Amino acid sequence: MTHAPTDRRPAAVQPPRARAKAGLADREGFLAWVMLLPSVVYIVALVGVPFLLAIAFAFSDVTTGDPSFDFAGFRNFDEILTDGVFWRALRNTLVFTLVSMVLIVLFGKVLANILVADFHGKWFVRFLVLLPWTTPVALSTISWLWFLDSIYSPVDWVLRHLGLIDANVVWLGRPGTAMASVVAVQTWRLTPLAAVIVMAGLVAIPRDIDEAARIDGAGFWRRMFEVTIPLTLPVIAVAGLFGAIMTFTDMTVPYVLTRGGPTHSTDVLASWAYFRGIEGGDVGQGAAIALFLFPLLLAGAIAILRAVRRLEAG
Amino acid sequence: MDTTTEALRRRYARRHVAARAGVYAAAIIAALVCALPFLWSVISAFKQNQDLYNPESNPFFFNKPATPDHVTFLFTDTPFLTFVVNTLIVGAAVVAITLALALPAAYSLARLDRPWGTPMGIAIFMVYLVPPSLLFLSLTRVVVALHLEDTLWSMIVVYPTITVPVSVWLLIGFLKAVPKDVEEQAMVDGHSRLGAFLRTVLPLVFPGIVAVVVFSFTLTSSEFVYALAFVSASPEMVVSTGVPTQLVRGDVFFWQSLQASTVITAVPIAFLFNLFLDRFVAGFTMGAVKT
Repeated sequence: MTHAPTDRRPAAVQPPRARAKAGLADREGFLAWVMLLPSVVYIVALVGVPFLLAIAFAFSDVTTGDPSFDFAGFRNFDEILTDGVFWRALRNTLVFTLVSMVLIVLFGKVLANILVADFHGKWFVRFLVLLPWTTPVALSTISWLWFLDSIYSPVDWVLRHLGLIDANVVWLGRPGTAMASVVAVQTWRLTPLAAVIVMAGLVAIPRDIDEAARIDGAGFWRRMFEVTIPLTLPVIAVAGLFGAIMTFTDMTVPYVLTRGGPTHSTDVLASWAYFRGIEGGDVGQGAAIALFLFPLLLAGAIAILRAVRRLEAG
Repeated sequence: MDTTTEALRRRYARRHVAARAGVYAAAIIAALVCALPFLWSVISAFKQNQDLYNPESNPFFFNKPATPDHVTFLFTDTPFLTFVVNTLIVGAAVVAITLALALPAAYSLARLDRPWGTPMGIAIFMVYLVPPSLLFLSLTRVVVALHLEDTLWSMIVVYPTITVPVSVWLLIGFLKAVPKDVEEQAMVDGHSRLGAFLRTVLPLVFPGIVAVVVFSFTLTSSEFVYALAFVSASPEMVVSTGVPTQLVRGDVFFWQSLQASTVITAVPIAFLFNLFLDRFVAGFTMGAVKT
């Protein structure tokens, strides 16, 4: 693109050197690459290369004690596939992800509807509602650790005083309730994120569509199920998939709340990879375990892509 | 006829009041469910040991006089303040790197109309979905190879892998909202394309940039897996790893201090985030809109 100096800005204002530089600074194809390149180089170096490295580690005998690289073939995979804990972690991951995702979408949609409504004190309510998501996960999980304490849990205190239980439940000490607790905390912390994403979709619905339905006599529930939900379905799908991916790959909640226990009943793939790879020092096996996250992750990413495409088309 | 319109009007008024009451009830329940653990943390933080460690005492009230001792303990006898300072240093450095990388990239993808613009934008966004749990083992080896283990630098170097993709996506949205005439006018006035971006477009997307700063900082401060894997020395820890690993001695939890640290960290971040919530919502939608 070329342009001549106009009458309003005399050429004398610009020193000659600036003109020479402007030549390069005006070539869009060149600029587009130069501006994009640093980000691409950075991402390739610190995401692309480590990803390939992770695959390489999975086929190696690298440990933190002996970091020299020796090819080990499928030995790591043989070992983890014959280990009962791996299968348990895989099953836990799927349960953890699916149950959390369904709950996150459900509560996220309800919460989004509340947050777009008009009422007094909305700012304060929004502040309180955002807390679970914006607080560092490890810290909010610590609060929950105390909330579900085996002796002093206020949940148990309330249940005891209502006469519903005689002795404390020990939420984190039994396999069933430990899993339920992990799912509950994960749902609690990701619901606000889902709500914010769904809000973006609700705000984008043209007002006249809703008003037309209202004038035609459609009530709240009818408008909800026949207008709002169909129109925001792609954005609800995006919220659900985000929740699923962030749950599927997360280890923080199980790590802080239960450390994978009792006896691996809340271990997920990510936490098991961490225990093996960092705390156990067996980098090769840890990498092999983490690699199992990838196929499902890819499927989730493609699903998000499709939902976003539908958003663009609509 | 008058009576029927009157009756109808009253019916609608009643229905309106019921709907309003429903909205308020739903809002209060939602706020309580989300904030309850924090509310309760605030109470516990000021409790005396004899009050807190008594299974029979009501956990929602002060059964003995409140005490600020444990909150003071947090600041004077634990490394909490060091963690806070470290978090702020890492956050500021990561935000600076993120803006330096993401702003030009977003402008390139949003405005310079290359045929690869859209697929490239989506590819960068997809990087956001690559989780720390897949990369932490190999990145730990990279960090060790660079001799950055147990330093703040390990986090400063690696965290932009999380913040850059989201920021590019958000900034594309904000940049697309700036009318193209603005740059064209600037170029007619004698600025180069680059000059037009720096002098006229950047000031216009400033609100968007502030939103990206807050968003990146939030992501940085909540990151856990990398921080846990890279740093095991207490003086170099950030809040998200320092509090759960260092404020616990063996099986002894300093519960009141832990609760206080959670609230002290949570409130300012949520406050900042709430200020910019509308902008995030707008940014996410605009990023998906074709121009």
